[in-house]
Amino acid sequence: MQLAVLGGFVMACLAPLLHQWFGARTPRLMALLPAAIAAWLIGQWPTIAGGEVLLLEWAWVPGLDITLTFLIDGLAWLFALLITGIGALVLLYTGEYLRGHRDLPRFLVVITAFMMSMLGLVLADNLVTLFVFWELTSVTSYLLIGFHHTDPAARKAALQGLFVTVGGGLALLAGFVMLAGAGDSWSLYELVQRGEALRAHALYTPLLLCVLLGAFTKSAQFPFHFWLPNAMAAPTPVSAYLHSATMVKAGIYLLARLHPALGGTELWVISLSLVGAVTMATGAFLAIHHTNVKMLLAYSTVMALGTLTLLLGLGTPQALTAFVVFLLAHSLYKGALFMVAGILDHETGTKDVTAMGDLRRAMPRTAVVAGVAALSLAGLPPLLGFVGKEAMLASVLEASAWRPMILLLAFTAAFLTLAVAAIVALRPFFGAPRQTPKTPHEAPSAMLAGPALLAVLSLALGLAPGLLDPLVAATLAGIGAPAADVHLSLWHGLNLPLALSLASLALGLLTYRHWDRLRARLSRLAPLMARGPEAGYEALMAGMVAVAGWQTRLLQNGHIRNYLAMTLLVLVGLVGHALFFRHSLALDLTLDLYLHEAVVAGLMVAGAVAACVMRSRLAAVAALGTMGFSIALFFVLFSAPDLAITQLLVETLTVILLVLVLFRLPRFATLSTPLERLRDLAVAVLTGGLITLLMLAVLSGERLPRISEYMVANSQPLGHGHNIVNVILVDFRALDTLGEMFVLALAAVGVYAMLRFHARDDHARHRRAQRTAPTKESDDG
Amino acid sequence: MEPLIAVAIGILFAAAVYMMLRRSIVKLVIGLMLLSNAANLLIFATAGMVRGAPPLVPEGLSAPAGAVADPLPQALVLTAIVIAFGVLSFAVVLVRRAWEIVGADDLDKMRDTDT
Repeated sequence: MQLAVLGGFVMACLAPLLHQWFGARTPRLMALLPAAIAAWLIGQWPTIAGGEVLLLEWAWVPGLDITLTFLIDGLAWLFALLITGIGALVLLYTGEYLRGHRDLPRFLVVITAFMMSMLGLVLADNLVTLFVFWELTSVTSYLLIGFHHTDPAARKAALQGLFVTVGGGLALLAGFVMLAGAGDSWSLYELVQRGEALRAHALYTPLLLCVLLGAFTKSAQFPFHFWLPNAMAAPTPVSAYLHSATMVKAGIYLLARLHPALGGTELWVISLSLVGAVTMATGAFLAIHHTNVKMLLAYSTVMALGTLTLLLGLGTPQALTAFVVFLLAHSLYKGALFMVAGILDHETGTKDVTAMGDLRRAMPRTAVVAGVAALSLAGLPPLLGFVGKEAMLASVLEASAWRPMILLLAFTAAFLTLAVAAIVALRPFFGAPRQTPKTPHEAPSAMLAGPALLAVLSLALGLAPGLLDPLVAATLAGIGAPAADVHLSLWHGLNLPLALSLASLALGLLTYRHWDRLRARLSRLAPLMARGPEAGYEALMAGMVAVAGWQTRLLQNGHIRNYLAMTLLVLVGLVGHALFFRHSLALDLTLDLYLHEAVVAGLMVAGAVAACVMRSRLAAVAALGTMGFSIALFFVLFSAPDLAITQLLVETLTVILLVLVLFRLPRFATLSTPLERLRDLAVAVLTGGLITLLMLAVLSGERLPRISEYMVANSQPLGHGHNIVNVILVDFRALDTLGEMFVLALAAVGVYAMLRFHARDDHARHRRAQRTAPTKESDDG
Repeated sequence: MEPLIAVAIGILFAAAVYMMLRRSIVKLVIGLMLLSNAANLLIFATAGMVRGAPPLVPEGLSAPAGAVADPLPQALVLTAIVIAFGVLSFAVVLVRRAWEIVGADDLDKMRDTDT
């Protein structure tokens, strides 16, 4: 299985090559891989149905305990089958939808890579592996939304989707790290068995919030729902696959997977039910604002994702059963409807349902498929959607917390969804014929095959929901629900959910009938809508850019001395803090002093200070010389004759060099204001003070044994020299000295080059001429 | 002696930093000189200052008779003095070239590399 997934990635990379060889047949050929994986999964069904869990292990990073382990239980099986099954259909569909498109190979690369990432995500047992696949789906989704990369709106939508999901991904990573710490394992299989310990752990609340943030952003829950409709900028196969059937369900999958580990607490129930219910109603309410068929479907996807979250939050066996049925039903009908939307767009040239009409004559087969799928969306018998919706309403009715509010939101969502279904299925196919940009005609059968198969499945499973019982039971085992006897049926008798369904049918049809007027009314709400969560996202992005600009101008202002001052202040702050608070400042201040030494030190300081304050360059050089020669004297006094000799030589050379060169340089100018000088003086005094304190602290501390004892003892016997410093330089540390000679030689070459080869450009001479010109004038004057 | 030399080194560092924060390139060079001298002194003095016991082996002996000053920091500082001279000469000539070509003594006016 691991090989199949990795092989899928390899196939993704080879897609352009395959496309060269097989041309337009490539998508059909590539669909074979997901189809084969789906077939393998179906072959595993007896094992899964028996309640067994397949663990396929493969050490990946053994040092870090990261394994590429695949965990296949009922839950993973269901998701994997949806991913590969719908994936194969989408690839077939793509072959027609993007036939002859210049970038078809690129599309195939990314969508195959996405398919494998998504498969890896739902099969992964290790948290790190899961996270890697999770992020891979975000990245491939980004590339797919931005497929039409010449369109600025598509690029913006792609970036928005990426930021929202990857931002949530960061939170998720933090959550996973805490989860692994709290559960003492990276394996999901082990973690779900430690639910008691996890829920009692001190980190439970922060880790749950982080995981929820990751799942909610990925699955477009309120208030992060806005990226999903914008993602409709992607080609329709992508919308059908990523943004309704698979990727947006990754968050739902994660929540379901972690339900036995983290679920059931008050925080879990309240946050999931509330967010789910609000998302559900928001999605359904926003859907009817739109006339673009893809937007209508996108918002109804938001509504469905909210429903799934709500059902997971409620967490009763009834609700979890409803969750599984609704999940399956939604993937089937929404995949089909999106593909129908693509057909409409492809054949008529418009996505606006109000611009279509009477298409049932031109496209009868599409009309039938759309009708069946929409019936399932609407939740009408005898389709699987009806079973799902009934179960959902029943479990909301038995909910304990916030019941009236959640019930109201659920009912609103139900009737609005019904209106959406009616709009999508009736509006384009009935009514008066309208002029569309392209003359409509029936879609090619390769395009219709996918949605037709999904619609037939919706119908068949709706008629005989009992077929699903073992699947639902196996999936429930994965979600950690008590293995109750599951009996799905189409007809539950006359009960409250059925009454609610009838009421929503009536209200939904009423909404459909008055949709045009309603939309006109709703458009007045536009200014209010503009202040939604998306505006918050925009403001956040703009704010980030502004802060980045501000801090760049402040910190990266191009003045090197500001960087220096900043670096020094940070140094003083950090080292000073450590010195004062981590280290006892017991300084040894015994002053064992001779007068001549004090005089030498005084001369040194006087030279340094004078070099700073002298207004004349010659005086400054003289002051520096004084300081240098005092240092040489200091070396003599404290047993370092070699240093004294070197210092004398170098100091003499330096003074000569400065005198020769400095007088070709400008006079000192006063370039700074007194305030700036004061500020720099403060930085300087702080730095100097820190060095003094540090040195005193070092000298007062305990002396470690010298490391030079070996050199002292062996200088004569091994090095045959009586001057130990010299022996160190040319013998013990001879390579260092060689390096030093090399540095000096390099500096000499650099100096020679700069002095010898004058700039021969006229520009410099021109500049100099300009500089001298005013002086001449003033001389004349 | 140590507290006094510690204060002196602190002043040398302060002077060096103050000069390096100036806008004039010539003052920058002076700051560089002060800094290298201050750093050499710091290493030398922190290793412990010993009067009248240079690290020499008397003629005829194979090791110094008594305790001598630590030779290792001296060797390090000796290297540092020479390297500092190399850096200084390079910096001085570089500053002179920059002045010739850009014609500005003010670091703030050296804002681009194309002149």
